[in-house]
Formats: sequence, C-alpha cells, structure tokens
Amino acid sequence: MIGLNHYLTLSAILFSLSVAGIFINRRNLILLLMCIELMLLAVNFNFVAFSRALGDETGQVFVFFILTVAAAEAAIGLAILVVLFRNRGSINVQELDSMKG
Amino acid sequence: MHSFHLTIVLAPLAAAIIAGLFGRQIGRAGAHWITILGVGLSFVLSVLVLKNLYWDGGAAENYNLYTWAVSDGLRMEVGFLIDRLSALMMVVVTFVSLMVHIYTVGYMKDDAGYQRFFSYISLFTFSMLMLVMSNNFLQLFFGWEAVGLVSYLLIGFWYTKESAIFANLKAFLVNRVGDFGFILGIAGVVTFTNSLDYATVFANADSIAAQNIEIFAGTPWNAISVICILLFIGAMGKSAQAPLHVWLPDSMEGPTPISALIHAATMVTAGIFMVARMSPLFELSETALAVVIVIGAFTAFFMGLLGIVQNDIKRVIAYSTLSQLGYMTVALGASAYGAAIFHLMTHAFFKALLFLAAGSVIIALHHEQDIRKMGGLKKYLPITYWTALIGSLALIGFPGSAGFFSKDALIEAVRDSHWLGQGPIYWIAYLSVLLGVFVTALYSFRLFFLVFHGKERMDDEVKSHVHETPWVITAPLILLAIPSAIIGWFTIEPVLFGGFFGDAIVVTSAHDVLGRMGEEFHGSWNFLKHSFVAGPVFYLAAAGVFTAWFLYLKRPELPAKIATRFSAIYRLLEQKYYFDDLWIKGFAGGGRRIGQFLWTRGDEQLIDGVLVNGTANSVARLATTLRHLQTGYLYHYAFAMVIALTLFLGWLLWMH
Amino acid sequence: MAILFQTILFYCFAVFLIGAALGVILSRNPVHAVMFLVLAFFQSAVLWLLIEVEFLALVLVLVYVGAVMVLFLFVVMMLDIDVEQVKGGLTRYAPLGFAIAALMVFELVQVIWVRGRFASAAEGFVPLPEGYSNTEALGAVLYTEHVYAFEIAAVILLLAIVAAITLTMRKRPGLKLQNIAQQVAVKREDRVRLVKMESEKPE
Repeated sequence: MIGLNHYLTLSAILFSLSVAGIFINRRNLILLLMCIELMLLAVNFNFVAFSRALGDETGQVFVFFILTVAAAEAAIGLAILVVLFRNRGSINVQELDSMKG
Repeated sequence: MHSFHLTIVLAPLAAAIIAGLFGRQIGRAGAHWITILGVGLSFVLSVLVLKNLYWDGGAAENYNLYTWAVSDGLRMEVGFLIDRLSALMMVVVTFVSLMVHIYTVGYMKDDAGYQRFFSYISLFTFSMLMLVMSNNFLQLFFGWEAVGLVSYLLIGFWYTKESAIFANLKAFLVNRVGDFGFILGIAGVVTFTNSLDYATVFANADSIAAQNIEIFAGTPWNAISVICILLFIGAMGKSAQAPLHVWLPDSMEGPTPISALIHAATMVTAGIFMVARMSPLFELSETALAVVIVIGAFTAFFMGLLGIVQNDIKRVIAYSTLSQLGYMTVALGASAYGAAIFHLMTHAFFKALLFLAAGSVIIALHHEQDIRKMGGLKKYLPITYWTALIGSLALIGFPGSAGFFSKDALIEAVRDSHWLGQGPIYWIAYLSVLLGVFVTALYSFRLFFLVFHGKERMDDEVKSHVHETPWVITAPLILLAIPSAIIGWFTIEPVLFGGFFGDAIVVTSAHDVLGRMGEEFHGSWNFLKHSFVAGPVFYLAAAGVFTAWFLYLKRPELPAKIATRFSAIYRLLEQKYYFDDLWIKGFAGGGRRIGQFLWTRGDEQLIDGVLVNGTANSVARLATTLRHLQTGYLYHYAFAMVIALTLFLGWLLWMH
Repeated sequence: MAILFQTILFYCFAVFLIGAALGVILSRNPVHAVMFLVLAFFQSAVLWLLIEVEFLALVLVLVYVGAVMVLFLFVVMMLDIDVEQVKGGLTRYAPLGFAIAALMVFELVQVIWVRGRFASAAEGFVPLPEGYSNTEALGAVLYTEHVYAFEIAAVILLLAIVAAITLTMRKRPGLKLQNIAQQVAVKREDRVRLVKMESEKPE
C-alpha cells in the first residue's frame, strides 16, 4: 500500500541527490541550476503528497505558484548565465570568486 | 567706616588695573603716580581705621558685603573682619608697600616692564589686604592664592632669565604642597562646622575639639589637631618654614623691591598672621602647637646658619628672613601670638629696610650681588650705610632698636612658656632661639662688614662709577629706618601687654605667657635695663658681632681656613642641608620616575599596547585568519548551509 | 489487485526517477543532463497521476518539460561550452557530497517514519469520490481564495520576461539593419544629383 510516507521518502531521496549534485558539480553553472530545479521538484512532491493526505487543495495551489516562480527563476537565471558567459567567456563555477574575502 | 574698608581694598586694585591694562597710554610716570596714589590712599585710610579702633575706642567690625554662593547651606561670602589685628596688618602692609612703590621708581627706572611691575605690586597690595581683612576662610584662601600668584609673577618678572623661571616655578610648586594642606584644613573646618565664617567656626571650636577623625582606620585623631596641623602646613608653605622653605632663597631672582615687599615684609608673614588669626583653634590643640614650635625652632636656628656661608647679598638676607620667620613661628607655638605679631611688625620694617638697602647697594654697583666683590662702601654710600646699620642692629636685637623689643620679648615668652613643661620640646625651642641670636648677629655683621668695611674688592671700572643712589631710593630707606629704630619703644607696652588685640587673639589662661610677663613689665626703659641682667641674649648678640668683626675685618684669612678645617660641615651648609636635593631629586625626580614608568609601561605598553591597539590587533589577526574562509566560491557557502542544515537536523533528531 | 498493481507501478517509476536524478548529477555532458532531467520530470508527472493529481502532472509536463527544459537545452547549446573542460566533473568533494546526502536521507527517513505525526501515514491515500474533478476543484480555489496571489504570479512572470530580455539584449556593433522610416522619408535631392558637363569635343 503506497501512502504519504512513501512519497515523502522518495522526495527526501530526490532532495538529497540534488544536494549531492550541488556538491559534486563544480564545473558548470547550468548543472547547478538543474540541481535546483530537481530540488524544487522534491519540494513539490512533498506539497502534493500532503495535499492529498490532508484532502486540501491549497497544497496543490502552492505547487502551482512554485512552478510559476520556478519558471521565472529559470528564465532569469539562464539570462544571467548567458550574460555571464558573454562577459567572462566561461561558466566554470571555480572561476567565479570575486566575493573572495 | 565701611566705605573706608572698601576703599582701602579697591584703591590698589583699581590702580593695578589701570597701570596694567592702560600702562601704554598713561606712560611710565602715570603708572607710578597712580599706583603710589592708590596705595598711599590705602595707607592713610588704614591709619585712620587703626586710630579709630585703638585711640577712639571703636568696636571691631565683622560684616559681609556680598554673598558669592550658597551651596547646601554653606554660605560663601565676601566680608571684612576689621579688628586691631587686621588693622595693624593693614597699616604694616600698606606702609611697606608704599615705601616699596616709591623705591621702585628709582630701582626700576631703566626697566622695560616698568608699568607691569607697578601693576603687579599694586595687585599684590590688594591681594594681601583681602587676605588680612577677610572674615571667612574662603576669602582668606582667595587672598592666599592671589598673593601666591603675584609672587609667582614677580619672581619671574624677568621672564627671559632661565634661573628666574626656575625659581618662580619652584616657588609656585612648593607653595602648592603647602596649599594642599591648607585647603584640606579648610575642608576639615567645613566638615565639622559647615561654615566658612570665622566667628561661627571659632564659636564651635570646642565641639570640634571634642571629636575625633579617623583618617586611617583604627587610629582616631583629635579633629582639631588634624585641622590645625593641616592649616599650619599651609602656613609652612607660605611662610617658608622647613622643609617647605626651599623656594624663598631662590625667589631672590626677582627684583629687589619685591624681595623686600613680598618675600620679607608681607606675604611670607601671611602664615604667621593666619595662625594668629586661628588662635582660637590652635589654642585647643597642644599637639599642633608642639608641631608649630618644633618646626619654627628648626627653621630659626638652622636656616640662620646657612646665612653665614652665602655670598649673594640678597640670599644672606633671605636666609635671615627664614630664620626670623622661624622665630615668629616659635612664638606662635609658645602661644605668644602677640609676640609673634609684634615681631612680624618690627621685622617688616627692618627687613624691608635691609632689602631696600641691599637693593641700593646693588644699584650703586650696577647689579653686582656678590659680597666678595664689595667692601669699603661706607664712604661711597653714606645714607645706605647708616640705614643698613640701623637695620642690622634692629635685626640682631641691639638694645633700644625695634628688633630688640620684639625679639627679646619673644625669647622671654618662649623661656617662660610653662605649658611645654621642661621637656625636650621646651629645650629645643628655647636653645634654638637663644643660639639663633648669636647666629643672627654673626651673619648680619658678616654681611655688613663685607659690604661696607674692609678692603675695596670691586673692579676699578665699577669703583669709578659708585655714588650714592637717588632720593627716591634713599627716602624710603630713611622712612623705614625711623620705625626700625624707635617703634619698639612706644609700641611694646600696648601691643604686647596692653590687651591690644582684645578678642582677636584668644589665649587660654594656662598658656598665657604674655599675660604673666605683663605683670612684671614696668615700662620700656625698665625692660631695656632688665635685658642686660636677665638673660644671655644681649651678650650672645654682642659675641656674634665680635666674632664677625674678628673673622671678617681683623683676620679675613681665617674663614677660608675654617671652611677647609670643617669641610664636612661647610659642605652641608653650602648644600643647604640637601633640602633642594630632597625635593628636586627625591620627590620631583621620584614623581617623574613614577610618571615615566606609568607612561612607558602603564600607558604605552599596557593600555595602548595591550588594551587599545591589542584589541584592534587581535581583531585584525582573527579577521586575517577568518578571511580565508571567505573563498568567494558560491558552492562553498552552499556547502556550509547544507552541512549546517544536516547537523541541525541531526541535533533535532537525536539530541533534542 | 489494483492496489498491488499500483504499488508495483510506484516502485517502478520511483526507481526510474531516482535513476534519472542520478543521471542529472553524474552526467558529464550538459545535454545529457538536461535529457535526464526531462526524464525525471516525466517520472514525477506519472507518480503524481498515480495519486490523482492530474492537473499539476500535466502542467509539469507542459510547462516544465515543454518550456523550461527547452529553454535549458537552448542555453546549453547556445553557449559554446567546452565539453572537455566541463568534464572531469566528479571532484574530490564527491565522497563528501554523497556522505552528506546519505546522512540527510537517513535523517529524513528517521523524521518521516519514526517521528511522523500521522498514524495512518503508511496506509495509503483515501481514494477520491466518484465524479471528482481535480482541475475543477483546483480552479475553484485558485480563482477565489488565491486570486490575489494568482495575479501576483502573473506580474512575476511578466517581470521575468522583461528581466530576461533586458539582461540578454545588446546592440552589436556593425550590424546592418533596415530602417524603413528613413527609406520612406527619403527625398529626391538626397539621392539624385544633376551635374552639368561639357560635352566632349571631337579631337
């Protein structure tokens, strides 16, 4: 019988994998953005699962808004990425260290 | 009468202000005329006040003019207490001041700071009058500090002279030590009576005497003894009693007229006057009186000895002043306040005379002060010679002179002061004043003979110019010589034995040595005759004069031999008992070393190095280390967040 | 039977989803990574359909896969990324990353299964009633209760459009463009010049 806990566990695994992805990928900023998308997906999983378990559609409305904002974020993030690439000729994460103290 | 009092004080002040601020406009003659008129007016009015109080039987007056401030019930007022004590002081101060003003016209004739000088001495007269006419401690303190200030200004009058600056700084600092005690004494008075007014304080004197004060826990001291000793420390500073005397000889760096006025006749006697004024307090504390008499005796004898080895004409007289102030202090300690004030008065005349005579000599020799380069001046300076002779005779107590009456009475009072018992203090005091007579005669006539008799040791060039000084200098000499010679004859009876001071000076009956002497007093003439048979004073003085004559006129080569024979003692005297070293190297040097230590170790190393800069440096060091954490890589910050998140989650799960 | 089938489907798609996620984080070529991400979104959509969240499942496929992922693909291809340089992706942080991930999974599982608040959480979802329309129910709350947030979302999207264009637009130097207004406004004098020349004389 598949229930709330199964979905939550799956979401947790998905989330942890995306965290690991952020750790692992240090060469490409696009991959980092993709990991963030994956993370958001894990979060959405939680919302959906809880919405169903509690019988309340608000959770799904929330997912709806998250999708909206994620789309906007992706668009702007990619635009920044393009500008960055244009200016520096690279999207290598290791070269982005202008915040160094 | 009140307008008289106010005029007496304000006339010199107004003259000082005009001469000081508008000296350029009124010119040199204007400056001396206005100040002489101011102080002359004060003198005339002072005489009238004294006449009113003594001959016309006027009552003493005590009133407040102006309330300066009221704080927590403590009234700070400006007021006058005019009784016979202050009236006598006023006359002495204004008279000597007037003489000095006139004398200055001649003495400072070529000086660029002519108007400034007149302004200062008039200001001094004002301050001194405020001091003696005060009816409360605050005004006393004001006058006390004001005369100290003017003294400072005048010692450093020739402010381009290195030694004068050193001397005035020294005088100021040494007086600070005394004034510290003085103001503590005043604070003690306020603590116990909550009043600054003399009358109130004296009325409560018995209640102060009944209380104890614990400065160090566990050792209660009698409050009045503490207060009196503190006040006397102030007097020691101002009246140059050992060990706070060191400033007075150096103050001779100032012009001679102020040496006469401030450092001989008036300001230095402020301490004596103050103790006499405080007699209702001092009478209640035999401890304080014992301190006073011992300090006085020490100063009277040992400072006199120093006069023998000095070669600067003014310094010899300065040590003589120290010694005579010691005499007055001894009289105060013996409860013979009247004798002290009497000696103060006569001393003011003859010491001012001696200083002015010395100034006359200095002027005649074109600012030569070394007595080894004088000699045989009798024939060049006849007026100066005779007046100086009168002054010297008065100083040693030659029978009939003013100094004779005051000093003889003083010594007799010390001898008869039975409250001391026959203990060591009594003998110290008595022997000091007795032997002091011999010493006084020795140094006075050493000076006199070296200056006016014997071989002429000046340069030929100087010799050709020597001539008697102008009348503005000799006139004050003559005017001062008259009271120096004769004033004792007709003042000893009223001042000492006639109850002249009335309520101004309080002596308990057990201490009343002057009262007992008064019973045996039968006129000045009998006093004179009596002195030849009663004590050794006259013979000691004569011996002193003879010794001086023998050593410096008859056998002039002997003093050098004695000096080499007793080189240890001579050296001790030459170094002035090392008091200067004690103060300058000991206290001042020690203070500087402590300051140096606190500066380099405490301030620079501890506070600046460790605390102030250390804090900043450690923050900087920490930041330098921590900045390596800020790699600038975004994913490092992300790691930190995620790792922290994991840790918090774990903490929530397993620790919470 | 249906329940068993459902369980099998769940595990099936869950394994594919995790596999796709691993593909995203481990693949060296960014194009592959995007493709794996598309796969992950499809798996998620199926898993959502499985618990009757049809509208969001379809939106996920249409919006995410159809729009956002295509955008990613465009960007990946547009930027001339040196694949060789981007390669060598797994770094010395990889073990640490996986350790952290494992610890996190362990902790979250603890939270879910041990500290869970719902007694029936492992029981399975209550089936929805007959004739229930997920889209209708969602629309009913979205346009009533959450209409304000909905409008803000619209503004955010607009903002994202404007921002993306503003960020990436640039004027290239030397670009030849046709200016129609100028072409239309041209006058005869601008283009034609009449010159007078002397005719050539024969030699």
